[in-house]
Amino acid sequence: MSRIRFENVSKLFPRGNAAIAALEDVSFEVEDQEFVTIVGPSGCGKTTLMRMVAGLETPTLGSVLVGDRPVRGPGPDRAVVFQQFALFPWKTVGENIAFGLRSKRVPRRKQVELVAHYLKLMKLEGTEDSYPHQLSGGMQQRVAIARSYAIEPEVLLMDEPFGALDAQTRTIMQEELIRITAANPRTVLFITHSVEEAVYLADRIVVLSRHPGRVREIIAVNAARERDGWAARAIEEVMETPSFTHLRAQVWKLLREQIGGVNE
Amino acid sequence: MALSLDTRPATRWAATPSSGELACLSLVGAVIFFGGWQLIAMSGLVSQYVLPSPLAVLEQIYQLEAEPFAGFLLHQHLLSSLERFLLGFLLAAALGIPLGLIMGRYRLLDEIVTPLFEAYRYVAPLAWVPFAALWFGTGIGGPVMVIFTGAFAPCVVNAYRGAQFVERYLIEAAQTLGASNLRIMREVLLPGALPSIVAGLRVSAGLGWQSLIGAELIVVSSGLGYVMVQGQSNLAPDIVMSAMLVIGVVGLCIDVALRAAERWLSRRWGRV
Repeated sequence: MSRIRFENVSKLFPRGNAAIAALEDVSFEVEDQEFVTIVGPSGCGKTTLMRMVAGLETPTLGSVLVGDRPVRGPGPDRAVVFQQFALFPWKTVGENIAFGLRSKRVPRRKQVELVAHYLKLMKLEGTEDSYPHQLSGGMQQRVAIARSYAIEPEVLLMDEPFGALDAQTRTIMQEELIRITAANPRTVLFITHSVEEAVYLADRIVVLSRHPGRVREIIAVNAARERDGWAARAIEEVMETPSFTHLRAQVWKLLREQIGGVNE
Repeated sequence: MALSLDTRPATRWAATPSSGELACLSLVGAVIFFGGWQLIAMSGLVSQYVLPSPLAVLEQIYQLEAEPFAGFLLHQHLLSSLERFLLGFLLAAALGIPLGLIMGRYRLLDEIVTPLFEAYRYVAPLAWVPFAALWFGTGIGGPVMVIFTGAFAPCVVNAYRGAQFVERYLIEAAQTLGASNLRIMREVLLPGALPSIVAGLRVSAGLGWQSLIGAELIVVSSGLGYVMVQGQSNLAPDIVMSAMLVIGVVGLCIDVALRAAERWLSRRWGRV
């Protein structure tokens, strides 16, 4: 079981002599093997939320539980995919993917097998001995995803992983992610500021408000996805289905309240 | 209008010289320097006891290698200097680099160590000579400690700066992939800081080599510094200068080797 649970989580950051609340009383759950995206205006604390699950940040109040145990520091049961890819430039693609396997003391022969398996899954065959800087941005992020998947984490945390990619690459990566998570289900928490991305990928969307960050609304996408068979369709087709456009409008409306839009 | 079209002189001056041309320039510099020196010495304006000519120095180097001076042949003196240098330098690197990396990573240690370290940095390596002799004797220990005091600071400072420049997300990625602190140090901080560390090693080698000669002037009975002291007391400026020339050339070789290491690193990882 690898459910993520936020229980009345608040986070204060010191700013001079005062403290600024980045998150206030956030409570929600990500079910086992569920794909949840978090959207919100910048400064709503969505990255902080993810970092607390990763164990890179601690809540000021409340608690974050993974599999019913409170998070204490980072660990390989919760892999992170960073926006900046965070590949080690001095290691080859193969060595990068094997990095976490070595921490877990996976036997050498098994490591080779796993690296080969995830290279294939991420369509990275033939790049094993390349260095990250020799690859395009999209390929680098594929390596980072392979590296996270290879340690077989229960939870996958993705912090705007496609934010640094160009629009076309981004679209392809979104489809790939659907394909991969369908074949290898994980509990996924995915941070983004793209509404389309949030709707397209999610089982459920958590919309945050800002100053301080609170849960504004949680929107279920799963029913629409199943009903209209999104998984079997190309992304541009999905985006034209009425269910998709409806959900997109709904999320936009919530976001517009936050950023102050036409109606004000 | 015709004037503005002719850009040839500008491009000619803007063009970067090739490595062959640069080597020629270095050679020209050396020829002018040694030629000028030889001319001044030959002119008879200065006594050979004040300024021996370069040819006399070369001749003396040959002599020093042909028969022992101050107990040893020149290359034996050189080897004993190099041995001390390598020991002190490697010790400084082996202790200084990890210390710098840890300071770069842990704020607390940084706060504790930095003020002490900044004060230490301004004490010249030669000032340690009396204590070096007192604590470690005049054999190998004393001189090695003097080299160490000279070479240590740049190792620490550059490893420290290098570690601070390692992107935080790389360290976090390693943490979330379950790496131990030791492994983060070895596989993330060290390689990430390596360009800075190698630059520090170059400074460190220079200071260490200089401090060594200083130490040998005072405490030991072999080595290039010792040759200089003995040359001085024998009123043989050509011997003093021979040792100086060897010291300079060896220093140059050390630097060239470390620069080659630097280039190799930047090529391998495509960044510095």
